[in-house]
Amino acid sequence: MTSPASGIVAVALVTVATLAIGTWGLRFSRTTSDFMVASRTVGPRLNASAIGGEYLSAASFLGIAGLVLVHGTEMLWYPVGWTAGYLVLLVLVAAPLRRSGAYTLSDFAEARLHSRLVRALSSMMVVLIGWLYLLPQFQGAGITLQSTIGLPRWAGELVVPLIVLANVASGGMRSITFVQAFQYWLKLTALLVPVLALLIVWAGDGRPHPVDVPSSGSSGQDWGLPLAGGDPQGLYLTYSLMVATFLGTMGLPHVVVRFYTNPDGRAARRTTLAVLGLLGLFYLLPPLYGALGRVYADDLVAAGRADVLVLELPRLMVPGLGGELLTALVTAGAFAAFLSTSSGLAIAVAGVLGQDVTGRPVRNRRLSGVAAFRAGCLIAVAVPCALALLVPSVGVARAVGLAFAVAASTFCPLLVLGIWWRGLTPPGAVAGLLVGGAGSGAAVLWTLSTPPSDSWGSVLLQQPAAWSVPAAFITMWWVSWATQARRPADVHRFMVRLHTPEHVQLDRG
Amino acid sequence: MTERPPERVRVSGPPRRRSGDPVLPRGRQIDAETRLGAIYLGSLLREQLRLALLSLAALLVVLGGLPLLFWLRPGLAEVRLLGMSLPWLLIGVAAYPFLVLVGWRYVRAAERNEADFADLVETVERR
Repeated sequence: MTSPASGIVAVALVTVATLAIGTWGLRFSRTTSDFMVASRTVGPRLNASAIGGEYLSAASFLGIAGLVLVHGTEMLWYPVGWTAGYLVLLVLVAAPLRRSGAYTLSDFAEARLHSRLVRALSSMMVVLIGWLYLLPQFQGAGITLQSTIGLPRWAGELVVPLIVLANVASGGMRSITFVQAFQYWLKLTALLVPVLALLIVWAGDGRPHPVDVPSSGSSGQDWGLPLAGGDPQGLYLTYSLMVATFLGTMGLPHVVVRFYTNPDGRAARRTTLAVLGLLGLFYLLPPLYGALGRVYADDLVAAGRADVLVLELPRLMVPGLGGELLTALVTAGAFAAFLSTSSGLAIAVAGVLGQDVTGRPVRNRRLSGVAAFRAGCLIAVAVPCALALLVPSVGVARAVGLAFAVAASTFCPLLVLGIWWRGLTPPGAVAGLLVGGAGSGAAVLWTLSTPPSDSWGSVLLQQPAAWSVPAAFITMWWVSWATQARRPADVHRFMVRLHTPEHVQLDRG
Repeated sequence: MTERPPERVRVSGPPRRRSGDPVLPRGRQIDAETRLGAIYLGSLLREQLRLALLSLAALLVVLGGLPLLFWLRPGLAEVRLLGMSLPWLLIGVAAYPFLVLVGWRYVRAAERNEADFADLVETVERR
């Protein structure tokens, strides 16, 4: 680290731009519907940029490059899985979910099954997954500001939540849509421009190909392998990661809540397709940093600081003012990544809390919709912020990966069976949610509390999705089948609403 | 004897609908859970599900096949193409256009299915 000035300017600019766009969007936010789903009037292009901006978190912006630097080619499965998750979402969930007409995942569960218990369970899962995802974002922000500006870690862990809270509580979904769309393009620019400059420098230097570099981490041959060590455990870990990322995306609360902002089911599909393109474009870039880092920044691996590779590489490769400016750009991008993902998660969690907790009447007094949303927002941000300050760092990519596994084991079966199978019953849904949630949740706790080892038991718990997702599906199907009498009476009408295009005249209740 | 006026005759246009069971518009048939409505909806559901499963199968065979391929043929990992190693080219680059292509074909086919369904439902309502 040479001088923190450029980093400070970059962070300040992103913050000002975020708050300015958020305030500008506030002029359009008046009703509860504005706050929660932007009154469902966001067109596919704007919405796709917003989803891209929201989805590309610190794990994507910083984490992938670090993982590729340390572990090599096998880590390319992470970005591919995070993109493929949108394809699965597109073909199984996108349009019907939008047509269900619900605000949140809990609303969907209740509308489909008419069960308060399923609703309560879903709300709990939304809040838990949201917090599990928010925690590493806040901690990552602390590490980033420490590395680029020299702030103490707690300051960064406090600054990001405060900006998020100000922005989300004031404008809700309507204003955050513009903010997040802006942040996608900022993040893309912040990786694209530096990496082009760095590739030119690398080509001019005549340094070796990344695969040919002998390094402290893994030997060149291992680094180029698409499977960890080429053994059966590596094969299991790769496939389990695929299951978690392919199926987990649809169950992430901040992703799903975005689908309700589309005007209709057809727009929801087109939005998702555009998201696939935007994510594919972005994910070409972070691994290049990992590869270049192998040539120029190998000592970061030994120092255990691979997560800051993206922030350090420009300065290591380009001396002087050029390097400073490129560093400022990637710092701005990283900061945008924390802000946008945290804002999206805060909205999703606040939406659920606003409906199910703060919106409840207390002693016959009840908060208005917008006030309840704002109160929910405060809780949604304050709890993970306090956790981030109290617990030691969990590792950005690890915690995010586990959130995917939990989402894939709970909401994926609920959504897929709820949308495509008339036979789903409330007891089946409850049993499946409990089995999937308990299985993946236990694996999360075990992984976070125990150092990884090479035994099969440890490997199975590191990536639980390959067994916990099938277990949840089978439980949900089997219990529903055993309790056929409990099928909701209006399931037919609900299925009609989910699958019929909007322009066909129907009683949509 | 006065002449009685001729008996009144009700004059009306030709019957617009054959007598018998009242025919519901097809949109209402679907709502009303008639057997016909269930058949319409069932056909749409089946078509869309078939399409979704086809797309997922493409994803599974192509992307899901890659780890297995590299596991069975470890030598492939050392092939270089266009200055990149083959695994990097396939997983890190080619996978993304492939995902967009599958998604694009799915969206077109799904919208066609819905348009066909809407035609089927609405033609009778206009008659």
